[in-house]
Amino acid sequence: MEENRVLEMRGIEKSFPGVRALRGVDFSLNKGEIHALMGENGAGKSTLIKVLTGVYTKDAGSISMQGAEDIQIHSPQDAQNVGISTVYQEITLCPNLTVAENMFIGRGNGRITKWKKMNEDADKILRSLDIPAAATQQLASCSIAVQQMVAIARAVDMDCKVLILDEPTSSLDEQEVEKLFKLMRDLKSKGVGIIFVTHFLDQVYEVCDRITVLRDGTLVGEYAIADLPRVELVAKMLGKEMDDLSDIKGENAAYSGEDAGDLVFEANGLQSDAGIKPFNFYIKKGEVNGFTGLLGSGRSECVRAIFGADRVIGGEVKMHKKTVKISKPLDAMKNGIAYLPEDRKIDGIIGDLSVRDNIILALQVLTGFFKPFSRAKAQAFAEEYIKKLNIKTASADTPIASLSGGNQQKVILARWLLMHPEYLILDEPTRGIDVGTKVDIQKLVLELASQGMSVTFISSETDEMIRTCSRLVVMRDRKTVGELSGDDVNQNKIMETIAGGEAKS
Amino acid sequence: MKKIDLKKLLSNQLLIPFTAIIILCIVNIIYDCVNTDAAFFAIETKTNNSGFTVFSGPLITILDNGSELAILAIGMTLVTAASGGQDISVGATIAIAGSAMLRVLCGGNTRPETLAAPIIVGFLVACIVGMLCGAFNGLLVSVFRIQPMIATLILFTAGRSIAAWINNNELPIVPDPKFAYFGSFIPGIPIPTTVFIAAACIIVAALLLKFTNLGLYTQAVGINESSSRLNGINPTAIKFISFIILGLCVAVAALIKVSRLSTINYSVIAKDIEMDAILAVALGGNALSGGKFNMWASILGAYIIQFLTTTLYRFQVDSSALPAYKAVVVIILVVFSSPVVRDKLSSLSNKKKALKKGVA
Repeated sequence: MEENRVLEMRGIEKSFPGVRALRGVDFSLNKGEIHALMGENGAGKSTLIKVLTGVYTKDAGSISMQGAEDIQIHSPQDAQNVGISTVYQEITLCPNLTVAENMFIGRGNGRITKWKKMNEDADKILRSLDIPAAATQQLASCSIAVQQMVAIARAVDMDCKVLILDEPTSSLDEQEVEKLFKLMRDLKSKGVGIIFVTHFLDQVYEVCDRITVLRDGTLVGEYAIADLPRVELVAKMLGKEMDDLSDIKGENAAYSGEDAGDLVFEANGLQSDAGIKPFNFYIKKGEVNGFTGLLGSGRSECVRAIFGADRVIGGEVKMHKKTVKISKPLDAMKNGIAYLPEDRKIDGIIGDLSVRDNIILALQVLTGFFKPFSRAKAQAFAEEYIKKLNIKTASADTPIASLSGGNQQKVILARWLLMHPEYLILDEPTRGIDVGTKVDIQKLVLELASQGMSVTFISSETDEMIRTCSRLVVMRDRKTVGELSGDDVNQNKIMETIAGGEAKS
Repeated sequence: MKKIDLKKLLSNQLLIPFTAIIILCIVNIIYDCVNTDAAFFAIETKTNNSGFTVFSGPLITILDNGSELAILAIGMTLVTAASGGQDISVGATIAIAGSAMLRVLCGGNTRPETLAAPIIVGFLVACIVGMLCGAFNGLLVSVFRIQPMIATLILFTAGRSIAAWINNNELPIVPDPKFAYFGSFIPGIPIPTTVFIAAACIIVAALLLKFTNLGLYTQAVGINESSSRLNGINPTAIKFISFIILGLCVAVAALIKVSRLSTINYSVIAKDIEMDAILAVALGGNALSGGKFNMWASILGAYIIQFLTTTLYRFQVDSSALPAYKAVVVIILVVFSSPVVRDKLSSLSNKKKALKKGVA
């Protein structure tokens, strides 16, 4: 092991039933280094972190820490004992305790019973790290950023050599992020090795020294920050080479933006409370377009704002050139807009209800509280769409929760198609479902568009977007940074636009 | 011959309540065989205090005394399904609504000669007061997102003293004998009036579930609030409405309770009835964490509780020991309707099938 290495992982393997999550991944971390761990959803970042912190046990490979070869980490406690600490995206402290209590609780050193000493110690640590909090303050009264910092202070005080920050910035505003970065740089100068997991490219280039990129459970490579321009980083994350132009656009040539029909939906300066910058957007009759960008870039927030799923705080929307007010999902539905949400489990299915009730729900709500469908009518609707979309279920009475992911998604799709919307928004309709169903859904999107429906399609897989969309709105760091249409809808252009900034250099 | 699917039968929510009723019947029949002078199913005619001929017998007692609970079970089922919590202020709000009704009927006099207002006005005031209490609870739960049990703890604690304060802690007596009809018998009709009131409430509930989407919306909100919102349902309104409906049920129960005595006892009226109403929902096999519900199972649950009480009284169980006996039976019922036991039972029946196949 090199002298300034603090952590070395070699050939890490981890399988779950049916999935090989990590295949021979190497990772190393130096003393006093901030090291970004990058990759798209499902690349294996969190699995690697969980192997390192003892949440999962690795199948093969070795982990060495400075001065200890081939250590075994079987539990989070083990990880803490060898000096690996983690701060997660969500605060995992107790908001009802004081800052000092949060820093010392569960560490079994009896300090928590000597209040005076505990508070003095805590203040000392907080001062040394320049954290604007007092030991006796209740944690809940601190801002999220300060809570995050307290979590870091707790980790650092446990004599940690490796600090893992798992998306710590996703709920912070710009100034709070700045404060956090200052703390990270302080720790770096004190010799702590930091693993930084984030989706924000700008932040990576601001604080990190090196980058490790994972894709589909394998290591793509490890790079010094200066050697890897943004556009190449994006290419490596998405797994496309810059000059890979093999994508054929022939099959959806018929759906290009220019010859599409009338304007169906239009938004000007639309803004919601989910933290996206105001954006403009339109869609024409029979058009398929999409929002693209890395995870967390704000693409879902845009469509949620259109549907009124998040609270709209500004801007104007028009349907067929007439201004309408969409402040809640029902308003959008009345205007013929349907929205298939990103997270099927949380926002899509009504788990214990039958497939039939899940299918009729949206149309039923639109029809009205006092006009329930007869049992026969509901059954007919359900059977029609079970057949049409080839939903595999024992019967219409089966609870939706017992269906497979792909079939659940089809049921949600059926729910919205039954409403016969003018404008259909599909947010990640193909996530976590099998390949066959993915193709079915893409085909269906194109078929619906050819019948005159306008569709907005969002997918993490750029291939799918290129195959289905004729126009793409590109997002980065919660704002729109470009729009691509016609021949510009290709891997290279998309990656360039996502990367932004350095793309021209 | 039609084959009965054992597995489907086992998973039916009404199975446990029905089985409980059958077992209670059998126990009573056995008791009757031992004591020849008792007859559980006998309905006799007898002349009551007011000189009317009326039906009497254990079955009539169950239907009569179980009415309030059955009515409350309707509202409690909806509150449980929508909010995933329970209203524990039901007994106290019955006291408030009943007290308000007395105040209107007696006009502030303790011993009035005549009614100060028609009975219907008194009842309507009780309805408004009941719904206001429901609205207060509903507001805390749906808008301020306070846990139902905590939100309703406020009226649970304060309700009975509010009820006493409404009538200056006096106990007015309603002078009109007609008022007592609601809790006993209407002249010429041998069946207790409460049975008709409960039946009317159950029919209204049935119509509400049949001709509106209340059932679908309530279940959707209880199962997945976020999904429901994205499908255009307003979860806040649905939770609020469920508490308003329970408030109405409370008003009807208050009418019966006050009518039974023609007066009120603030500290005793409808005491602990909230717990029995929650128990009725649970005995019906409904999850107290909300979501899917079966209204009929809850109503059956309410009558089972009364059935049990009546049965225990027949066995000359001392009234002070009654809750302990009740608890034992409740434990057995709840354990049998738990998913763990149900799964065991259905896997057992599967094994039997497999065995039979093996033999054949």
